[in-house]
Amino acid sequence: MFDKYMICEDGYGNVQQDGRTIGFAFQARLPYYRGIGLSMVEDIGVIIDGEPVARQDIRFSVRGRTWTLDEMETEYTDRWNFAEKALVTVLRDGGLTPGRHKVQLSERIRVSYLPFVPTTRDTKELVIPA
Amino acid sequence: MSNYDIKRGVSLYSYQEEYFLGTKSLEDLIKVSAEMGANGIELISEQTFPNYPNPLDQSVYDNWHALMAKYGTTPVCHDFMLDYKKYKNRPMPFEEQVASCKVDIDHAARLGCPYTRALVSIDPNVLVACADYAESKNVRILIEVHAPLHFDHPWIIRHAEAFEKSGSKYLGFLPDMGMFLFKFPPVWKEKFIRDGVPQHIADYICKAYEDRTLSEYVILEVEKMGGVGPAIGMATTLRHNAAFEPKRMLDHMDRIWNIHAKFYQMDEDLVEPCIPYDEIIRVLKKGGYKGYICSEYEGNRWIQDAFPVDSIEQVRRQQEMFKKLIGEPAATAA
Repeated sequence: MFDKYMICEDGYGNVQQDGRTIGFAFQARLPYYRGIGLSMVEDIGVIIDGEPVARQDIRFSVRGRTWTLDEMETEYTDRWNFAEKALVTVLRDGGLTPGRHKVQLSERIRVSYLPFVPTTRDTKELVIPA
Repeated sequence: MSNYDIKRGVSLYSYQEEYFLGTKSLEDLIKVSAEMGANGIELISEQTFPNYPNPLDQSVYDNWHALMAKYGTTPVCHDFMLDYKKYKNRPMPFEEQVASCKVDIDHAARLGCPYTRALVSIDPNVLVACADYAESKNVRILIEVHAPLHFDHPWIIRHAEAFEKSGSKYLGFLPDMGMFLFKFPPVWKEKFIRDGVPQHIADYICKAYEDRTLSEYVILEVEKMGGVGPAIGMATTLRHNAAFEPKRMLDHMDRIWNIHAKFYQMDEDLVEPCIPYDEIIRVLKKGGYKGYICSEYEGNRWIQDAFPVDSIEQVRRQQEMFKKLIGEPAATAA
């Protein structure tokens, strides 16, 4: 459910820090009818233009706090709320080049009552302005 | 004088599409529900309230009660989750599960809900351990009996036996009407076809469902027909759904205190084509059911890839159907 709403088509772009471009970030939502504690987010996978991003190069931010995916696994209090737009940052020197990029997102969440661990995917073309 | 009292309600779960997209606020949803006469309100707090089950500001509760008063609606049920898989490599300890349920019982009480819904996979011993606390808060815990489970399944029988043995009047059942699915829903079939299931395989699966063929045979047959990916996915839905009999509720009427009126589509003629609501209401009347029947629309996920979703119209149609089936007096013109 909500698969096609996972990648948001607003609020994305290259990320600057100390005068240089350190990566690319976009907003993402959960494909789920409720929010979930961060320890139950098993993986957030990103593929850009066919190239998978390494897990350690992904950062997750909500409400001003940022985690690595490994750190999220032991975050037992904070949550990714229903429909909340989180920021997914891909660390990559120089970010993305101007033009169209195919971004694929997969989210794997551990849901207590399900007899499987679902992975849900969305793909969008995002455009970095020149 | 009838011995039943079937009241109409709605779970805000029904409006998840509009709430997700932010096109409707909590107040909008309470207002439209009241306008339909669906005066009992059920909710999944982890959907409705950001950050729940972490502590919420008192203002959240004040606003909730203000909305109930403004629109003349009644809190019915807070659906809780209990994330017992919170820790990746170890189970949640029993006492922590009990403590987690007590947070939900407190929350239900603060919302004014007489019932709180427990998911069907929760250990009955956890619920029994919470029974006295639930009684102290005057909140009844209801395990949701949801397909593919049903009232004759040993897991549910185990719950029934545990509840009886406890002697508590604060443990009961909340049946989800999706377990009485007598026909493969057209909106599911159409979605699977959009996802690439060949028409002849989709037709076969629907026919096999109506023939009540065991799911494992259907999956094997679809494999033999060359079905892959979404075709296997469509066949696998038969593992999770079945046409159980509404009359199986009759043995448990003394512990059935709320009902999820699951539906996948309400057509313009005000009929749910796959869930036998005429029979369901007959059984509830026969069983002397006194409580709410809460709309639970779950069609959005089956159409949102291709069509706009109008959850409110879907719920309105189901509520109109209930008015007729329950036999409410028709409104007279002013």
